[in-house]
Amino acid sequence: MTAPRLRRRKLDIKTGLVDLSHGAGGRASAQLVDDIFRPAFDNALLDLGNDQAAFDVAAGRMVMSTDGHVIWPLFFPGGDIGSLSVHGTINDLAMAGAQPLHLAASYILEEGFPLADLQRIAISMGRAARAAGVAIVTGDTKVVERGKADGLFITTTGIGVVPPGIVISGDRARPGDRVIASGSIGDHGVAVMSRRANLGFETEIVSDSAALNGLVAAMVGAVGAGLRVMRDPTRGGLAATLNEIARQSRCGFHIHESALVVRPDVAAACELLGLDPLNVANEGKLVAIVDPAAADRLLAAMQAHPLGREASIIGTVTEDDQGFVQMTTAFGGDRIVDWLTGEQLPRIC
Amino acid sequence: MKYIDEYRDGTLARSIAATIAAEAAIDRRYRFMEFCGGHTHAISRYGLEDLLPANVTMVHGPGCPVCVLPVGRIDDAIRLAMRPEVTLCTYADLLRVPASGGTSLLKAKAAGADIRMITSPLDAVLMAEAEPAREVVFLAIGFETTTPSTALSIDLAHKKRLGNFSVFCNHVLTPPAIRAILDTAHLPPDERVQIDGFIGPAHVSTVIGTEPYRALCAQFAKPVVVAGFEPLDVLQAILMLVRQMNAGHYRVENQYIRAVTATGNRLAQSAMTEVFAMRDTFEWRGLGQLPHSALRLSDAFAAFDAERRFCVVPVAAADNPACECADVLRGLKKPADCKLFGTTCSPEAPMGSCMVSPEGACAAHWTYGRFRDRIPARAAA
Ligand code: SF4
Repeated sequence: MTAPRLRRRKLDIKTGLVDLSHGAGGRASAQLVDDIFRPAFDNALLDLGNDQAAFDVAAGRMVMSTDGHVIWPLFFPGGDIGSLSVHGTINDLAMAGAQPLHLAASYILEEGFPLADLQRIAISMGRAARAAGVAIVTGDTKVVERGKADGLFITTTGIGVVPPGIVISGDRARPGDRVIASGSIGDHGVAVMSRRANLGFETEIVSDSAALNGLVAAMVGAVGAGLRVMRDPTRGGLAATLNEIARQSRCGFHIHESALVVRPDVAAACELLGLDPLNVANEGKLVAIVDPAAADRLLAAMQAHPLGREASIIGTVTEDDQGFVQMTTAFGGDRIVDWLTGEQLPRIC
Repeated sequence: MKYIDEYRDGTLARSIAATIAAEAAIDRRYRFMEFCGGHTHAISRYGLEDLLPANVTMVHGPGCPVCVLPVGRIDDAIRLAMRPEVTLCTYADLLRVPASGGTSLLKAKAAGADIRMITSPLDAVLMAEAEPAREVVFLAIGFETTTPSTALSIDLAHKKRLGNFSVFCNHVLTPPAIRAILDTAHLPPDERVQIDGFIGPAHVSTVIGTEPYRALCAQFAKPVVVAGFEPLDVLQAILMLVRQMNAGHYRVENQYIRAVTATGNRLAQSAMTEVFAMRDTFEWRGLGQLPHSALRLSDAFAAFDAERRFCVVPVAAADNPACECADVLRGLKKPADCKLFGTTCSPEAPMGSCMVSPEGACAAHWTYGRFRDRIPARAAA
């Protein structure tokens, strides 16, 4: 006769809520991992159940990045905090020209958070990671008392490998280089804001949240070392990204408003909200700075990829010790494209 | 955004610009003041100066409500907000305006004052209703554009019989400010701003109409063209001003016929006259004390007047002595003429009010136009 085994009660995902025991490291924590995260992330390294993941790495330079996600609302047209947290870190890795390998995910859950929402978010993370060819191999969960967090926060950390010979970095822009944007700007920020309770305008705008590692692989394949800088214009939008690069590379930019792609509905929403699409966040777009001799080849490779179909050359790198990002407006006059001052739009990524 | 795109058509802009260049006499200067911050912003954001010939220049005017509010009034608002029973509601722009002694509403908020940002005065009325234990004070500013909505909120509070709602009124009027700019006969010559014509306000004129500018035109012999806030509106208005000058006319013309009539919005005007009364005088930053230039609550609505309810005693306060806001607001100086511009004064850390609101001349020049300061050819244009 065997000793009686403790019968495990199934997690009530449908109506259950996160409580403090789910973060205490005991049986309840284990159950949360077993019933929600493992099936959603579905990979052998996580299934081993260790506190870390061990794996061999290929030759080349490793890259590593981490990103915290505090977006509100948690679900928005075109994505949710789960898919966003996967895309965000994958994109940060990919902007070094890397092929992302593995992700780690850390959760801060607020007591009372619905398990059904947690599962929905976990499934969305698993799906986003698989689609990008990346596995979520380790993680951590903590629970804080009601009122100490807003639903849930997710931090993801990732590592990837850069192919030999590729050095992509924000300080490598040179005067004369071309600037290419992979598509329309402002979609993500406007999609999220349209869902925020206090801005209840009806719109069909969908976030562009997407993993860019596939597009980046095609770009690296097409021009290799001709790629000098890549960055995804998230918080602060294209304006902040170009200003950051100008500062790092000690250069300026001259871009053309007429070359920028702004969806008409995004433009209309920005008009209503008094925003400039140049300052609004994107989550599935990149800016590439490329050797002028390789610009046309790169543009063609980008346009051949589904996430770069609307790619266009938006300007050039200029010599400028003051680091101005200058833009010829669609109107024909010139102006500066500056960082957004004052209140950044809260919690959109 | 179909409707908007029509007013931002680059090809059309270049053709109007070419007409302006062709019609402006080369031996003559055309100096136009755009009164409104909304126009200042459009001019900077679309780089309109680059489209104009060198002898057609724009001077920024004082039509930015945040900019013209004197320091003393912000000090008063901070004192009100520091009272434990008061919840002060206002527009986000005002929070960062520098007050005396390095303070601001934003700093007062961080220090514990109950200051809340709202987007409409009606929010303040609803707040007062929801929180009867708080004294909700709405810090109202603006030209004739925002005055009707303040009037409606007071009317609503009256209908709801709210005893805990009041308005700290700083509403000002456009025509007296234009008069103050033009009426320079009493000033020493180096303080007389040279202006040949005005671009009149867009939104203000939808409320008051074009009629109130007629007397100013006649008295000072300067043309006024009321124009919309889109960049093409501004260009077209400039062309209309050039043509008036060439013909020797000084009339009120209306470029913004899609929204503005001669008599304005009577409904809005009557809402205003019911709730407000004219102040004998009011201090403007840059323009000083101007008679009959601002509104207070009328005696019938005195119960909602925060100045009376809390016995606000105005305390005179001086601007930062290095700040050139006063001269910038009168069009005497350009933002880059101020020693603080871009050194200690920037939108992140404003020293003067013109750097706070996106409609302020200094903020617009910093955000969109400061690259011109290093190109002598353009700066001279
Ligand atoms: S730069 Fe600052 S201090 Fe100088 S005039 Fe402008 S706002 Fe005032």
